[in-house]
Amino acid sequence: MKFSEQWLREWVAIEADTQGLADKITMAGLEVDDIDPVAGEFTGVVVGEIVACEQHPDADKLRVTKVSTGTEEIQVVCGAPNARVGIKVPFATVGAVLPGNFKIKKAKLRGVESFGMLCAEEELGMADSSDGLMELPADATAGQDIREYLNLNDKIIDVDLTPNRGDCLSIAGLAREVSANFLAQVTEQKVVDVAAEIDDIFPVNVVAKESSPRFITRVLKNVDVSAKTPLWMVERLRRSGIRSIDPVVDVTAYVMLELGQPMHGYDLDKLNGSLIVRMAEEKEKLVLLNSEEVELNSKTLVIADEQKTLGIAGVMGGNDSGVSTETQNVLLEAAFFDPITIAGKARSYGLHTDASHRFERGVDFQLQRKAIERATALIQEICGGQAGPVSEVVSEELLPTLATVALRADKVESLLGIRINNDLIEGLLSRLGLELTVTGEGEWNVAVPGWRFDISIEEDLIEELGRIYGYERLPETIPMALLKLKQVDESKVKEADLRRVLVGRGYQEAVSFSFIDPKLHKQFDHQREAVALANPISADLSVMRTSLLPGLVKTVSYNLNRQQSRVRLFETGQTFIRNGDELKQENQIAAVITGNRFPEGWTGKSEPVDFYDLKGDIEALLELGGAAADFHFEKSTHDAMHPGQCAALIRDGEVIGHIGALHPTLAKELSLDGAVLMFEARLSSVIAGQVTEFETLSKFPEVRRDLALIVKQDVAADSMNRVIREVSGELLTDVRIFDVYAGKGIEEGHKSLALGLTLQHASRTLKDEEVNQLIDSILARLETDFGASLRS
Amino acid sequence: MENLETLVSPIVASALSEVEAAANAADLDQVRVRFLGKKGELTQLLKGLGKLSPEERPKAGGFINEAKQQVQAVLNEKREALEKAALDARLASETIDVTLSGRGQDLGTVHPITRTMERITEYFGNIGFSVAEGPEIEDDYHNFEALNIPGHHPARAMHDTFYFNDSTVLRTHTSPVQVRVMEAFAKAGDKPPIAIVCPGKVYRCDSDMTHSPMFHQVEGLYVAEKVSFADLKSVLSDFLRVFFERDDLKVRFRPSYFPFTEPSAEVDIEWGTNEDGSTKWLEVLGCGMVHPKVFEYSGIDTSKYTGFAFGMGVERFAMLRYGVKDLRQFFDNDLRFLNQFN
Repeated sequence: MKFSEQWLREWVAIEADTQGLADKITMAGLEVDDIDPVAGEFTGVVVGEIVACEQHPDADKLRVTKVSTGTEEIQVVCGAPNARVGIKVPFATVGAVLPGNFKIKKAKLRGVESFGMLCAEEELGMADSSDGLMELPADATAGQDIREYLNLNDKIIDVDLTPNRGDCLSIAGLAREVSANFLAQVTEQKVVDVAAEIDDIFPVNVVAKESSPRFITRVLKNVDVSAKTPLWMVERLRRSGIRSIDPVVDVTAYVMLELGQPMHGYDLDKLNGSLIVRMAEEKEKLVLLNSEEVELNSKTLVIADEQKTLGIAGVMGGNDSGVSTETQNVLLEAAFFDPITIAGKARSYGLHTDASHRFERGVDFQLQRKAIERATALIQEICGGQAGPVSEVVSEELLPTLATVALRADKVESLLGIRINNDLIEGLLSRLGLELTVTGEGEWNVAVPGWRFDISIEEDLIEELGRIYGYERLPETIPMALLKLKQVDESKVKEADLRRVLVGRGYQEAVSFSFIDPKLHKQFDHQREAVALANPISADLSVMRTSLLPGLVKTVSYNLNRQQSRVRLFETGQTFIRNGDELKQENQIAAVITGNRFPEGWTGKSEPVDFYDLKGDIEALLELGGAAADFHFEKSTHDAMHPGQCAALIRDGEVIGHIGALHPTLAKELSLDGAVLMFEARLSSVIAGQVTEFETLSKFPEVRRDLALIVKQDVAADSMNRVIREVSGELLTDVRIFDVYAGKGIEEGHKSLALGLTLQHASRTLKDEEVNQLIDSILARLETDFGASLRS
Repeated sequence: MENLETLVSPIVASALSEVEAAANAADLDQVRVRFLGKKGELTQLLKGLGKLSPEERPKAGGFINEAKQQVQAVLNEKREALEKAALDARLASETIDVTLSGRGQDLGTVHPITRTMERITEYFGNIGFSVAEGPEIEDDYHNFEALNIPGHHPARAMHDTFYFNDSTVLRTHTSPVQVRVMEAFAKAGDKPPIAIVCPGKVYRCDSDMTHSPMFHQVEGLYVAEKVSFADLKSVLSDFLRVFFERDDLKVRFRPSYFPFTEPSAEVDIEWGTNEDGSTKWLEVLGCGMVHPKVFEYSGIDTSKYTGFAFGMGVERFAMLRYGVKDLRQFFDNDLRFLNQFN
């Protein structure tokens, strides 16, 4: 909420300067966002009266005026369309300095001398734009300094109020808060009841009583809406960010700012029969003040007459029942609407108004009569007219009840960590308008005033206490806790360690958005429907990823487009997969590489990465938990991967991920040249390891046997390894493939594999014969299972 | 004897000059064989001693041996010199430019957001907090309702929520994780203390210079007997000083409002000075004492336990710590950006 500092100080006199005031209320929970001057910085501008105004001899758009400052008449050339004899305007005399350090000097405009400048609001830093000179009231004293005349030595303070403090959305409310914090007296604006001069009332029928327990109206007849809103009011409204419209609308806005009660003024002559406060009909249409048509629903409270709907209660009026320039007779409305009825309604229609902002946070239900009296007095002062009696429709039993909350000094101490003595507790809380009744030693019943909608339990009172006492004065104590160790599962690889392994192998970690383009999703995942957002920020961020790969591959493109030819990225994060009614949200780990195997260097030409580069990195990851033997890779397929270069990662018979080359078709669609290899697997399966069980080192020599075998091309090397392990049992300590060859000398469709077997016995030296026997049985199995033959 | 002398001297002289002339180990060895070998000239002289009288023999033998030793010594010296020269030559020929860069992969980087979350969770881990995680697609109940934010609450407007349907949202904060942890505690019949931090992604339907639709938070929760606001102040002030590694960092707690804590506070840290010389405060944390309603929803006994909770925006911490100015750069994943966080 923006407000004029001077206005507030009129209500509560404090010694502190602007910054002191701002600091104090900030530290009381009313965060000051901004302090701005109410006008730009300028000097030398006075009230000037145009006493003569003639056409410039050589310029169509310029006029030559004589401006009186009360003591002298000065010639000024002016281009404003509204320059005319008789008006009073801000006049920057020669020597004046306008905002932006713009110095006013004697000048010649198209041959005519000009001694100063007549100003628009914009030129004084009082508006963002203006379409002519600022016209001052006729009773302005020519020659008076304009800063003094307009009270411009004031600041606009902008407080960012939290939603619980609707009570501070007025000068009165802010004054209460300032008074509590500075121990200063509030000087309330006296509201005098305006006696009724006429008997007119307008009938009101409140149907939705729960939502509108108090509804007050008052008729004002023969109101002159052509009267000018006084400058002081216009300025106060402006300083709160409200534009002056007409005196009736201005007064309702002013009373809202002053007291916190939103009001509405109707053109009485446009109302038919009676006012009806009811819930809207489903799909009922209404054209609002802002000329937008909305379709209402039955949860919305409206004000209607016997023929049409007039407005959304507590949000915005309609565009053909409000006060206009033709209005002569006015019906004022001040109501208490139930906050829950109003809450969220404005937002549901894409609206946000000063009224809805206040009503949904809660307006004091005891304020309506005062507000209507204040508005009546102000309107009469400006526009004249005769007031009818105040007419109130109230359902007392449906009004909020004033809460009484029990408070214990012991609870204060245990929650705030400091003992505050009873007298001080009473003193601090009473400053906020809370009334305390002692019910025991250090125990009270606290009566909460009607404007506080945020105090209903003991903790709320303790917050108030802490706030006014000062959070900065509350102690800091290091909590004491039991020195109890946490369980740490050693078999589980720490995610941080996993990351460091990849970082050590040259990978950069990426963090990409969890929502992606549905088109991209389909390119990577042909079958599954992605979970879609109802209100995405944009179409290309509208579905939840089922895989980390689309995002990572997109990041690869992003970097390739920025002259980075070598990209190695990994990411961990949740993916979202809908399976019937079940939604699976699992952490995944993914990696993507492209470009050369090694960074560019002098040691030789680096080759582009291939499948086995990525696989080596992933194998290192899998070894981290000490359970590498639990994993294996099998030839597989994946929507986004090359069918001949794709493997599934399997653990305990379950597919936990895939590794492979980006499918060439997809690569083309994504405009990616060169090999892109990628991997993704379920994180929990990758990090589950086992604690090492140490095996005694054998003291006996190892035996190494190399085998060169010919098999068909499609025989998977790993399956041969597994058979070798199975046949060898404990004797085999290692088996490695150290060469793969196909081509000259090898039959078409076949390949030669060179395997190195390391054998060792735990408790004795292996004999040649038994090694030979083992090798023979291995060869026999390999022949049966894979048709393998020894290379001759 | 004189004979012997005239016989030995020239041999020694010729041996010495040949040693001197040897250009390498092989030459030297030839010289050794020629003079000191089994059939070497000096060795032969020794063999001739038998022809001498027993009286003459010791003296003559001594004389020849002396000559042999003299030659051997020069030979040794020469061998060492040659070996050293050879080694020097080899070392010289093997000299490389040690300033050329090494071979293999460059080191990668952990994302600054992860790095920051790791630091935050580490510090809280040091005082006994465990890490808890939760789903990012959350139900309305855990994201709002159980945190004392009913459907009509104005605070909902502050959240700019992404919806899937009426009851499912992308979590707008990591606070639902504390609800889930407390629920699990209550369900298992476990008793506080509960001390957790919950790092993770959160989402708000807002995107501009200073807002990203996805960002990260770390939520913290401590529930035990007699936990007070003074404990909260101490833990968070400590944390901020440890995180920024500044013992003198000024921290202030400012009253604020969150539906799920009461009392609530925002925490500002001193971050430079304003133009007028006053302290510039930057908001970095939201916190407060857990609202009794939240405990009730989660099944924690409010007559026995109190607790504090806090939440911080990870991007904000990373930006302050590393001097990153534009929030959006965190999610571009530009290698030139990532590379800087080694």
